[in-house]
Amino acid sequence: MSNMTHLTKGLFKENPTFVLVLGTCPTLAVTTAAMNGIGMGLATTFVLVFSNMFIALLKNVIPDKVRIAAFIVVIATFVTIVDLVMKAYTPGLYKTLGIFIPLIVVNCIILGRAEAFAQKNSVFNSILDGVGMGLGFTLALTLMGSIREILGNGSIFDIRLISQDAKTILMFILPPGAFLTYGYLIAIMNRIKERNNI
Amino acid sequence: MDLIKIVILALVVNNVVLAQFLGICPFLGVSNKVQTSLGMGGAVIFVMALANLVTYLIQVYILNPLHIEFMQTITFILIIAFLVQVVEIILKKSAPSLYQALGIYLPLITTNCAVLGIAILAVQKNYDLVTSVVYASAIAAGFTLAMILMAGIREQLELTGIPKGMKGFPISLITAGLLSLAFMGFANLVK
Repeated sequence: MSNMTHLTKGLFKENPTFVLVLGTCPTLAVTTAAMNGIGMGLATTFVLVFSNMFIALLKNVIPDKVRIAAFIVVIATFVTIVDLVMKAYTPGLYKTLGIFIPLIVVNCIILGRAEAFAQKNSVFNSILDGVGMGLGFTLALTLMGSIREILGNGSIFDIRLISQDAKTILMFILPPGAFLTYGYLIAIMNRIKERNNI
Repeated sequence: MDLIKIVILALVVNNVVLAQFLGICPFLGVSNKVQTSLGMGGAVIFVMALANLVTYLIQVYILNPLHIEFMQTITFILIIAFLVQVVEIILKKSAPSLYQALGIYLPLITTNCAVLGIAILAVQKNYDLVTSVVYASAIAAGFTLAMILMAGIREQLELTGIPKGMKGFPISLITAGLLSLAFMGFANLVK
């Protein structure tokens, strides 16, 4: 039972994007379309799961004083793997996400989970935590990407919802739209949490 | 002439926070007061210029000749973490007053994704050494500018009545959105 909470807490109750407000840079930058949100989310999830797993495995070997540096090396290794794989197999998405793929290494969610969870818990629980947090991040990014794509481009996952020449609110796929969408989504989340006393 | 163009582009047109979304965490976290924003900004300008100088040399003299460009991410982040530590130690010994002013902000810079991001971008754009350092300084100055503007607005916001659910991050993000909208006015400044 308690194992399941490690998996589900990241989805809503401790959602990294809307509740913990971590990893804000990629959240704002890549969510111009729903598909980009999924791509970034899954890439981060991969790194998160494997870095959590390895840090949980190595937790007794890593000396406490150099643990942050050691965590960064583990994380950077998996980021490099993601970077090379995406460059080879999804060149289009790789180009759109650009600089934000190597920057997964400084995503506070990953180092945060390593420090707060993986170094104190078992390997299995750390993997569950990584999957949960990663999926929570992916869901949040996809939601933001969908909203911005619908309002700014009149489409979702590249499927057009309104006619080609209809006017859309272009601002939502430009930088200001990212800040506004994110701000209002957190406010809505606060409201839901308050209503249901979570 | 090209350098001036790069500076203007980096400072306002492609402002690092408001247009490129790098360094959002310190931007939202530290921009409570104008004074602290200035301190953080000073530390960031210093570290970013230094980081670009060192990462440029590493890229050109180590990574490129050995054809291990894929090691870029891992090398750069370790160098930046190391640099921040060194700067902290040197400042503590040689310039205690400056250390007092910047001290608490220095450790925070390692996690500022703008430092790593701009180091990688400068390499991707094939800038030479001087351009790379000037570019980093201008980007960091743009970061400071955005932080100070934001801090000024937030100092005023504290005095106004904000709905409960909007307090904290939501109102900060919406403020940043409006600032970003204002900065879009610079879009055609440089042709």
